[in-house]
Amino acid sequence: MQQGDEDKKKVTVRVCIGTGGLAAGGKEVIQAFKKAITDFCVDLDLDFTCHYQKVGCRGFCARDVLVDVVDGETSVTYQGIKPEAAKRIVQEHLIEGKPVTEWLIDDSYYAFHDKQLKILLKDCGTIDPEDIQAYINVGGYAGMKKILSGMTPDEVIAGIKASGLRGRGGAGFPTGVKWEACRKAPGDAKYIVCNADEGDPGAFMDRSIIEGNPHSVIEGMMIAAYAIGSSLGYVYIRAEYPSAVERLKLAIAQAHEIGYLGKNIFGSDFSFDLRIKLGAGAFVCGEETALIASIEGQRGMPRAKPPFPVHRGLWDKPTVINNVETLSNIPYIIRNGAEWYASIGTEKSKGTKVFALTGKVKNTGLIEVPMGIRLGEIIYDIGGGIIDNKEFKAVQTGGPSGGCIPASLLDTPVDYESLAKVGSIVGSGGMVVLDETDCMVNIAKFFLEFTQAESCGKCVPCRIGTKRLLEILTRITKGEGREDDIKLLEDLCADVRVTSLCGLGQTAPNPILSTMKYFRDEYEAHIRDKKCPAKVCKDLITFYVIEEFCKGCGACMRACPAGAISGEKKKPHKIDPSVCIRCGACFDVCKFKSVGRD
Amino acid sequence: MIETFENIVRQHREKDGNVISLMQDTQEEFGYIPREAVNYFSEALGIASSRFYGVLTFYSQFHLKPRGKNIVSVCCGTACHVKGGTRIAERVQRDLGVAADGETTEDRQFTFEVVRCVGACSIAPVVLVNNRAYAEMTPDGTSKLISQLKKEGSGAAR
Repeated sequence: MQQGDEDKKKVTVRVCIGTGGLAAGGKEVIQAFKKAITDFCVDLDLDFTCHYQKVGCRGFCARDVLVDVVDGETSVTYQGIKPEAAKRIVQEHLIEGKPVTEWLIDDSYYAFHDKQLKILLKDCGTIDPEDIQAYINVGGYAGMKKILSGMTPDEVIAGIKASGLRGRGGAGFPTGVKWEACRKAPGDAKYIVCNADEGDPGAFMDRSIIEGNPHSVIEGMMIAAYAIGSSLGYVYIRAEYPSAVERLKLAIAQAHEIGYLGKNIFGSDFSFDLRIKLGAGAFVCGEETALIASIEGQRGMPRAKPPFPVHRGLWDKPTVINNVETLSNIPYIIRNGAEWYASIGTEKSKGTKVFALTGKVKNTGLIEVPMGIRLGEIIYDIGGGIIDNKEFKAVQTGGPSGGCIPASLLDTPVDYESLAKVGSIVGSGGMVVLDETDCMVNIAKFFLEFTQAESCGKCVPCRIGTKRLLEILTRITKGEGREDDIKLLEDLCADVRVTSLCGLGQTAPNPILSTMKYFRDEYEAHIRDKKCPAKVCKDLITFYVIEEFCKGCGACMRACPAGAISGEKKKPHKIDPSVCIRCGACFDVCKFKSVGRD
Repeated sequence: MIETFENIVRQHREKDGNVISLMQDTQEEFGYIPREAVNYFSEALGIASSRFYGVLTFYSQFHLKPRGKNIVSVCCGTACHVKGGTRIAERVQRDLGVAADGETTEDRQFTFEVVRCVGACSIAPVVLVNNRAYAEMTPDGTSKLISQLKKEGSGAAR
């Protein structure tokens, strides 16, 4: 570096290294920028110094790698940046002062953000998650200071109750009420547990929050601990999220270093410490009592409630278990006031909710919206509609415990009550969009495969019920469904729902019930006509060559792993259905759309 | 091996661990849980080996057999499923010649597994190779990746 660097202006290059950013090459992009700067330094005396900032998930993963170039007051955002692009950005933008227009964010970026309201995710994509000071600079830990300098635990609880915050893990239980019950429970030792065992397939907000803003979760836990009277907390986090675990460890260490965790925090008589427990891969551990068993080192199997964990939890002591997103809301509520929070959302569902918008929408990513927004707004305005302009079929919310909502109900507001009314749930916030090429029976089967495999086996209705449900769905998708299978499914679903021990079994029938309710014709087509209308179920389709389109290029022949395709060059090929394994490789590889499915 | 076990037990006592964290440390060390480890810990800590196996077979994180040099995990969570994850899994099985989830090839070069959501749904379908996520994969793209790894493997053997 040349002399006088401290006098030069500072330019910051901010690169997303959330999961999406990393997979798209975020780290390589940073390296490329560093190299480009060093290369230019050899010949030029640059009038600026360049700093790099790694930030967590910014939401719009479909456009990764997202790069901000911050020069004083102005910030320019680029999308879809590859390492090769770094050199041009450095030369044209940083040195010559002209942003590279072809990579600038476009209308879809604004459309994606227009209807969002970012509270939790606001800091996620802008601050350095590996620096506690970055969080403090945007107001972090101010909430904690505020309560330690003169709020009683009861006042804190009253505030959280007034805010209307409800659990973001799925059930939507009022957070303040839970805290109050734990505070009132007799006992000296109490625990606060953060449930970061995000196991719902299709949801990744907890991971992104921890990776992008770990201190907000820590501060939330501190405030909760103060309110319920706890001095030790646990974060139960999936071992499958190694980078989130690392960030969290670092964040805890940094908080310790400056005395934000430990004894007599901010000179008060409040002491609090935090430990990490790694989950070992069991979906059922998202259930509170199973999670407790797992922290204690047992098989994670739930037990009957009551007693509830707020009365008898971890090591039989009163315990509050809150999910990551719930806890991450707390500092913002304390900082900005309960009234502010309660002014967002609907009558019974307050604040914002983070959703993982995925599947067949154009703009996939992590979004934060005010409660009460309509499903259609999320899918068409934020999501930009369906990929390839195909027809929307359904949106699956709430993961394996949720349901599929059809096009006719896209006006449904997104809040706890409204989604429950149409047979789904808010859940942890997975939102998977399905189009005309998705088979709803297959989707139901997919979820039952999941719940059946993840059923812990403790109670009979869930262990055997989900197994039988899956068997019935499997035979339907194989064209072996029986006339009375729909009725049988309905009866069995009702039994499993009512008699299962925990939430896993109680909600396992939801994907079946909702698809049978809104897409009954698809079930009937499978059972009666032995047809899969979406052409997904392998046993019910045959692949054939549409002769007038086939150019005889041989691509399908080379792709076919079964050797089922024959034909001469430049003449239409043929698929032998008795050899075909229906893998779809020919369908994928054909450029002339000459492979048909029936 | 015994020395390693002793080390793990010592650390375990120091940080007040439990059966799960003990097994996690063991797997970190060996890549799987050797039978000898369970026998040793059972003896040393006075905990029935059935309790260890109860935990080991309950959680999907634990492996009771040695794993391959390369771990190919195909995500079949919801978003990946609807975007063709299952078909990628089928292709990987064919490419590696393995019959089921969790199986390792005979030469111990590859272990194939299906995972249910790695939390990268917006870039689905996702394939993890040795913990590195590959975004928006196709059956062909995955095949290429695997043959590249095979080549590197045979190169190293020479």
